[in-house]
Amino acid sequence: MEIIVCIKQVPETSRVQVDPKTGVLIRDGIDTKMNPYDLFALETALRLKESHGGNVKVITMGPPQAKEIIKEAFMMGADEGAIVSDRKFAGADVLATAYTLSQGIRKFSAFDLIITGKQTTDGDTAQVGPEIAEYLEIPHIANVLNIIEVSQNHIIVEMDMPETIEIAKIRFPCLISVEKDIFEPRLPSYKRKLATSAREIKVMSLNDMEDRDEKRYGLAGSPTQVEKIFPPDENIEKETWEGPGEELAEKITGKLKELKFI
Amino acid sequence: MGKLKINHEKVNDEVAERLIKICPFNAFEYQSGRLDINAGCKMCKICVKKGPKGVVEFIEEEIVKIDREAWKGIAVYVDHAGGAIHPVTIELIGKARELAKKVNFPVYCIYPGYQVLDSAEELLHYGVDEVFVYDYRELEHFRIEPYAAVFEDFIDRIKPSVILVGATAIGRSLAPRVAARFKTGLTADCTVLDIKENTDLVQIRPAFGGNIMAKIITPNCRPQLATVRYKIMAAPRRSKKISGKITVCSMEVDRFRSGIEVIKITRKPPEENISESEIIVVAGRAIKTQKDMSLAYELAEVLEGNFAGTRPLVEAGWIEAKRQIGLSGRTVKPKLIITLGISGAVQFTAGMKSADYIFAINKDPNAAIFKIAHFGIIGDIYEVVPKLIENIKAIKGMAGRTFTKYAAPVSRH
Repeated sequence: MEIIVCIKQVPETSRVQVDPKTGVLIRDGIDTKMNPYDLFALETALRLKESHGGNVKVITMGPPQAKEIIKEAFMMGADEGAIVSDRKFAGADVLATAYTLSQGIRKFSAFDLIITGKQTTDGDTAQVGPEIAEYLEIPHIANVLNIIEVSQNHIIVEMDMPETIEIAKIRFPCLISVEKDIFEPRLPSYKRKLATSAREIKVMSLNDMEDRDEKRYGLAGSPTQVEKIFPPDENIEKETWEGPGEELAEKITGKLKELKFI
Repeated sequence: MGKLKINHEKVNDEVAERLIKICPFNAFEYQSGRLDINAGCKMCKICVKKGPKGVVEFIEEEIVKIDREAWKGIAVYVDHAGGAIHPVTIELIGKARELAKKVNFPVYCIYPGYQVLDSAEELLHYGVDEVFVYDYRELEHFRIEPYAAVFEDFIDRIKPSVILVGATAIGRSLAPRVAARFKTGLTADCTVLDIKENTDLVQIRPAFGGNIMAKIITPNCRPQLATVRYKIMAAPRRSKKISGKITVCSMEVDRFRSGIEVIKITRKPPEENISESEIIVVAGRAIKTQKDMSLAYELAEVLEGNFAGTRPLVEAGWIEAKRQIGLSGRTVKPKLIITLGISGAVQFTAGMKSADYIFAINKDPNAAIFKIAHFGIIGDIYEVVPKLIENIKAIKGMAGRTFTKYAAPVSRH
């Protein structure tokens, strides 16, 4: 089984604030990590490899420092890795990102199954997986809770729907996006770190793609634009109460009565 | 569309340092006196607007503009399970009507399914102009290819300017697929929607975990897609009369070919959904032991409401995940919410701050929760809540009653 997992490097914390006076973002530290949701995707792939054989390859789109998460994936057991990186990919929204990754996947490797995490902690959209599937013209299933069965040409998964749990069979090649906690992700191994330290990571830039039209990538290829960012508005009528516990309880009771909640 | 250009003659160590600091995406690299922008750049253009003047310039580029006039109407996808329409659909119809009024657009519904024609009439109580029903056996269960094909057919036929989709499991899978098919923009989980005179949809949503709000537009692509979570928009009033019409659409069934087969469906046991509750008591980290969860539980019981918890409590296994409120949990919009010992991190408040009345109890006067609470109570929940429960019991004449013991959830791992 040939499996590709899409992974992303994200900021360590989401602690970003806007200075209300200047409108500038105040970043808190520059640490990065693998998107936690991707760990579940990678773990799913590794378990499938262990039970059914094959290869697990990872691909990421990002600046050169994103190679770090490919190395981390190697330490967990991935066999090959590629990074899609180019200044011309900068400013990409979901559509351009999905297109870029789909082009990268076409060049990188044939596959039976692509696995993605549910969403990223920085983008939060949960859209890239389905959009990649559309570009690669393969069926996809999101909200996968569990893998039931795998065969030569299909996979059977359990998916989470609003009112039901459904079991569906989807033929290869296809893409699945897995839920958090589908499996417990393994830790990177130091032994593997040593074994894979010299392993090459394939680097792909715009010139390596089948489609080299700049207008389909980066900002130019992004239909959505951020017009403005601003701090959330928090102005509401407020009352603050202090005092001994009993008094406060009385006050709350009084107010709840007034508002007809009791 | 455009490029960022660095005027290198204006760059020095100080300038470089300021730009590096200003960029939220770490996109500036300064090596051997040379400043460059790397692939981390997201074109937010903060360096142009707020950076040292004139160092980074934004160069506009000519692009082909779409014909906005050719795209009319605001469409809402009808999310359903076997003809039972998800309430988020109704909320979005209400919002669609508001937006449509501003630009004089009709409001449509897209309704793919099997044997759903009867249930389509319900939508006509909400001021929809036309419901497009696609009724086929192949659409009985949600599968991505047939449902995307329906969307494609609708969009090609009707050319709506905007399509709103509920951010349900289906919506979150379907909307992006359609967006990619039409190479158009989609903003997920919008919290505010508006429309400009030129029909550009204004899509506002929290970013960076809720610390900032982003205003997004899709200026040069159609249709404009947006997903919205349940309970973010207010539900419109149901009119006794019906208006509008239902149009049954036909498509060639080979367009419904799919690589997916739904083998088995199991109904989830009907569970209390905290999203439906009008009164919610939420427990936070100030609860010291699992046993003390009964504080929140009992308060919820005497108020005849529901109880919920924050993420750390779910992770500790003290409360089920379905009772989690927050960005990664549920969004709730109750009439009354009482938070017990919750600090008010943005990831939490994003899931409840549009409640009608927020009472927050916390020992720390600087807790962020007080920024969004209507009634901020600076106190210890262990002192306030037991007395509060007693008071309410007395008023409601519940003094003698005992309540079912709170059962701790079973851990998954």
